[in-house]
Amino acid sequence: MRNNGAKVPGQPARYDAKKGTEMADVNRGNRPLSPHVTIYRPQLTSVTSIFTRITGNALIVAALMIVWWFVAAATGPEAFATANGFVTSWFGDLVMFLSVWAVWYHMLFGIRHLIWDSGHMLDVPRSETFAQAAIIASVLLTIFTAIVV
Amino acid sequence: MAYLTDRKRAAGMGSAKSGTDHHWKMMVTSVALVPLVIAFIFTFGAVLGQPYEAVVAYYQRPMPAIIAGLTIFVSFYHFRGGVQTMIEDYVKGFARKAAIIGMICLSYFAAAAGVFAVVRLAL
Ligand code: HEM
Repeated sequence: MRNNGAKVPGQPARYDAKKGTEMADVNRGNRPLSPHVTIYRPQLTSVTSIFTRITGNALIVAALMIVWWFVAAATGPEAFATANGFVTSWFGDLVMFLSVWAVWYHMLFGIRHLIWDSGHMLDVPRSETFAQAAIIASVLLTIFTAIVV
Repeated sequence: MAYLTDRKRAAGMGSAKSGTDHHWKMMVTSVALVPLVIAFIFTFGAVLGQPYEAVVAYYQRPMPAIIAGLTIFVSFYHFRGGVQTMIEDYVKGFARKAAIIGMICLSYFAAAAGVFAVVRLAL
């Protein structure tokens, strides 16, 4: 439905006319761009969103290491010694530790996406409360995993 | 042009591609990955760092092997969809197509290698 910024009876005006409610039709080709990510003040919502992307994509490193480890184990003792030596080296340990945090973080914030997609928690205050809780939970779960595993 | 319906004119253009299917697959794999990844962290974590014999014996048990096989497969399927979204956001033109194809191939290769290895260990 196009509303052209006109006030619909019975509905509150949602945009400030001075800020360009009608620009979709009147100001075509000469509109301000929305604030770009490089100049926009970082907020919990935007920062947690980009970290969902970074963690999800970065997990490919640990995932490939784990596949290599399984293939080596299925190949034989020598191949396993090589792969296992790498995965349990200080470098491998570091990647695994960071990936444990990454996967807990990505999981918790992925669940946030699933909640959003089901039409819930779609307001900033509750999204931010969830984000704060999930950041803390991801750290605690990482510590817990490091201790148990 | 006059013979095309509005729907036909829109199909395949802009956002009217296969986005719904893509999103649905991301949702299904996300839901599946929650229990799988939790189970995988604690089963895989339990044997990581143990000697070869112990690892082989562990993955001859059905549950650890099933968890590992499913987690690897579903993770790479999910990654394949997710990384495509990122590539589409940052890469243009031919490089975009090449990157997506490359990542799809990598994902299926890694998934197949991982599942094959787990099955071989288990049997
Ligand atoms: C543990 C359970 C997981 C859950 C619940 C989950 C959930 C999600 C969700 C909901 C999205 C879509 C986010 C959006 O719409 O912006 C997503 C994106 C993604 N996930 Fe996962 N995920 C999980 C595990 C994984 C794993 C193990 C990997 C890596 C192998 C992974 C890699 C990705 C990638 C690469 C993206 C795309 C992010 C982007 O650039 O937009 N995820 N995940």
